[in-house]
Amino acid sequence: MLFIKNTLKAHLSKQVLPVVLLVSTFTISFGVVAETPEEQGLAISKEAKNRDKGWQDNSANMRMVLRNKQGEESVREIVTKTLEVENDGDKALTIFNQPRDVKGTAFLSFSHPVGPDDQWLYLPALKRVKRISSSNKSGPFMGTEFSFEDLSSFEVEKYTYKYIGDETLNGLDNFVVEQYPVDENSGYTRRIVWLDKDEYRIQKTDFYDRKNSLLKTLTFQDYQQYLSKYWRANKAEMINHQTGKSTTLEWTNYAFKTGLQDADFNRNALKRAK
Amino acid sequence: MGSRFFDFINKHPIWVIVTSLLFAFLVASGAQNLVFKGDYRVFFGDENPELIAFESMQNVYSKTDNVAFVVAPKDGNVFSPEHLESLKVLTKASWQIPYSTRVDSVTNFQHTYAEEDDMTVEKLVLSTGNLSDADLAKIKQVAVNEPLLVNKTVSPSGHVSVVNVTVQLPGIDVGLEVPEVAKSAREIKEIYLAQNPDAEVYLSGMVMMNTSFTESALEDSATLVPLMFLIVVVVIGVLLRTIAGTFATVVIIIMSIATTMGVAGWTGFYLTGPSSSAPTMILTLAVADCIHVLTSMFYEMRQGASKEDAIKRSLKVNLQPIFLTSVTTAIGFLSMNFSDSPPFRDLGNLVALGVMLAFVFSVTVFPAMLRVLPIRVKVDDGSKVSNMSKLSDFVVSKRRVLLPTMALAILSTSIFLPQNELDDDFVKYFDETVDFRNAADFMQDNISGMALIEVSVETGESSGINNPKYLQTVADFTDWLRQQPEVDHVNTITDTLMRLNKNMHGDDAAWYKLPDDQALSAQYLLLYEMSLPYGLDLNNQLNVDKSASKISVTLKNITSNEMLYLEDSINKWFANNGRGYNAVVASPSVMFAHIGQRSIYSMLIGTTLALLLISLLLGIALKSWRYGLISLIPNLVPAAVGFGIWGLFYGYVGLGLSVVVGMTLGIVVDDTVHFLSKYLRARREKDLDAIDAVHYAFDNVGRALIVTTFVLAAGFAVLAQSSFALNADMGLLTAMTIVIALVVDFFFLPPLLIWLDKKSGSGQHAKNDSVGDAQVTLTQVK
Repeated sequence: MLFIKNTLKAHLSKQVLPVVLLVSTFTISFGVVAETPEEQGLAISKEAKNRDKGWQDNSANMRMVLRNKQGEESVREIVTKTLEVENDGDKALTIFNQPRDVKGTAFLSFSHPVGPDDQWLYLPALKRVKRISSSNKSGPFMGTEFSFEDLSSFEVEKYTYKYIGDETLNGLDNFVVEQYPVDENSGYTRRIVWLDKDEYRIQKTDFYDRKNSLLKTLTFQDYQQYLSKYWRANKAEMINHQTGKSTTLEWTNYAFKTGLQDADFNRNALKRAK
Repeated sequence: MGSRFFDFINKHPIWVIVTSLLFAFLVASGAQNLVFKGDYRVFFGDENPELIAFESMQNVYSKTDNVAFVVAPKDGNVFSPEHLESLKVLTKASWQIPYSTRVDSVTNFQHTYAEEDDMTVEKLVLSTGNLSDADLAKIKQVAVNEPLLVNKTVSPSGHVSVVNVTVQLPGIDVGLEVPEVAKSAREIKEIYLAQNPDAEVYLSGMVMMNTSFTESALEDSATLVPLMFLIVVVVIGVLLRTIAGTFATVVIIIMSIATTMGVAGWTGFYLTGPSSSAPTMILTLAVADCIHVLTSMFYEMRQGASKEDAIKRSLKVNLQPIFLTSVTTAIGFLSMNFSDSPPFRDLGNLVALGVMLAFVFSVTVFPAMLRVLPIRVKVDDGSKVSNMSKLSDFVVSKRRVLLPTMALAILSTSIFLPQNELDDDFVKYFDETVDFRNAADFMQDNISGMALIEVSVETGESSGINNPKYLQTVADFTDWLRQQPEVDHVNTITDTLMRLNKNMHGDDAAWYKLPDDQALSAQYLLLYEMSLPYGLDLNNQLNVDKSASKISVTLKNITSNEMLYLEDSINKWFANNGRGYNAVVASPSVMFAHIGQRSIYSMLIGTTLALLLISLLLGIALKSWRYGLISLIPNLVPAAVGFGIWGLFYGYVGLGLSVVVGMTLGIVVDDTVHFLSKYLRARREKDLDAIDAVHYAFDNVGRALIVTTFVLAAGFAVLAQSSFALNADMGLLTAMTIVIALVVDFFFLPPLLIWLDKKSGSGQHAKNDSVGDAQVTLTQVK
């Protein structure tokens, strides 16, 4: 299934799916159901993950438009490069272009399904690479309504699942699956994800905060298929119901299998990242 | 309305009663639509410029409604493993409060530190399992030296700390949302206390204040209204000695209140602290009408008239005076429409409506009830009124002493009027019986005040806040603020940037200064923001395109004057040192600081207008411009003296008291009307001289004035018992003013009348050949 992560992860990271589960996902996709809702939820999630594996690496430009309740707007632009890593979270390199005063700042993260990520930041103004030790992934990313947690790679192990039904959305039949974060530092008690049954693309996600109130809703638009396999949305919108703020993401210049290597994702690479 | 109408009441009392009750019941059913709005924002109209500024600031940054748990360990040490653990638990539990979006405490403070090229961002208190004394000392040292925390989240000595919960109320139904948050906070407090008996917890914050508005009003309606009913029953029962009359009066009062609140419900009013005192006021004012009708009726019956005739005559005599006094009272209350604060406009309109309804009921269903209820009165031998004679003898004989003495007393008390300082400190809107007030006081005594000023400093360009010139300006401003004696705490982005700069240079204290390069600041903030957890971000102090930052200043609970002065100083500071940056100052404290002043100025217009209208009415009613003018003195002096005494003993005025002049004007004018009309009647109709006319006025209305003044003063004195100080002050000052009015009417007006009338020649009354008093004149005018 395509998770938020999936879509975004395409930029920041890449997921690896244990092949073992192929069998069960197959069963699900053919509608043979003899499982508990938890097992079904897990199977759907694994299938989604499975369908999005093997892209090796990718890059894309991402434009973020922030809006507050007063109607003020602000724009951020980043470039993301992601390397698919087997049996672990993806490696991701984020290069900041806009606002101008952070241009050239580069962020490297090795995400892990469980435990804190490894992360480094290159500050051009200081000409230094700093390793950042923090288990916080729930704060806003660059002041947007997306948290780092929302943008990092989807890994099956990060959640437990429950299939809660089917629903038609955007003219498509969808699985509706509840996800419960395993990490206690997560900003959420749960997320509800709508995945279309045809391609396992995330259509919508509702985020519930730590007191289990609806916090945000994320919707994806304009899905496009790359390399005849991988679906990526051109646009996503996150609305914060509690603050009235929102953020729109737009992707351009998707590229897959660009030949990025492990060596492009280390401390030294940070400084020359562009 | 003529006697045919009264005949109808006498002939078909049951019909009148049933129709009126049916009408009252139907209208009153609207009261179920009434909801209470427990929100300080109700005090401000949609057009209020400070509210608009504050709302727009909230939309740019985030809302600042909060609940504060002020936690005091009994051993006076926040930094023990046990207490820190309890704070951790409390912090986590606080996230469960409905609509919470942010929780700040000592334990979850995002501590940043450096080790070579590693930068760590983590909670100040992680696990408390095996904290050594050194660890505890380190935590304390960080906390009490952190400008973000000290004097806001933790006291400098480390004996009290605060867990502050920011809530984002959806505002769909504030009447439900606020109590919901308060209930949850109280439950968490109870659980905390059960688990930590060695600590005290006080609940403060804007939400607790908002909920106190509702709770105070509910408590008032549960205690004050019944108390007032009791007083009415006792007063009428004792003074007029009638069970049926008391019963009928209580029915009239209930009908007046119920229909008024019903109309309020049907027409979309909502209740607020001030407007919830409308029932008590209507109750008080409605009694007077009934007393007049009853007194006259009993007088007639004592003279041997049948009940039927007594009722008829009583109505005939009282209809116009009651109408006139009801209209003047209503005008006084309607003057409150000039207030800048909607709850006071509502209060004025509700009471004005209630007074007019009470008038209608007193001359319709009231006599109808008296007609059917069993009433017996002993025929009087006519040997009473001796007390009044003694009083008038005293006033007349001592008039040469009384006039200058009273004048001097009036002047010497009124002179303290300017002693009143403007003060709308919302903490003091509640008395010490209210939990919120105790919490706010405890917080003020131990850590910080509740008053807040927020200053948005704007650059007008994206990322402008990272400009070193901007940061230096904000840092200078912060330094200046911290030198002000009333400032407890300043939250500013510059502190964070200085700390980050230090962290990025291996925690070298020499680098605790602002970055000198825009890109550097921007990159520090980028790094920092990426490392913060949910709810502890910088969005509450930076706007989306980082063109502006917000400095939050926590202040001691200062008076409105001090607040206005500080606001002015801030604006001046920016004019002189702001390097061209634009500063916008807003906050609930600023809103309250302005509302009192605004309301006083606008009420000056309203009161003047009411005064003109009332004097015009009096002039017409008394058929004399001269006496219309003279009436200004007894009408205005009570308020001047009242505020003078208030200035002497209390010394503050604000939103609540700004409406008192207009309100009391309509009430005290009644005394003047009654006294002057009897005086003039004696002069014109009976051709008496000034001294005899004074005797006549005393004999005729002296007792009624004492009784009504007693009831009115009692009613407003009951209101003065409200735990909601805004209402209590209003009640106390009004009660005082009403009593002063009677004193002026008895001891100052008569000597003045005698003196003026003698001065202008005793023939004055002879020029006026019209017969009849105010009531007759009024009928003619109509």
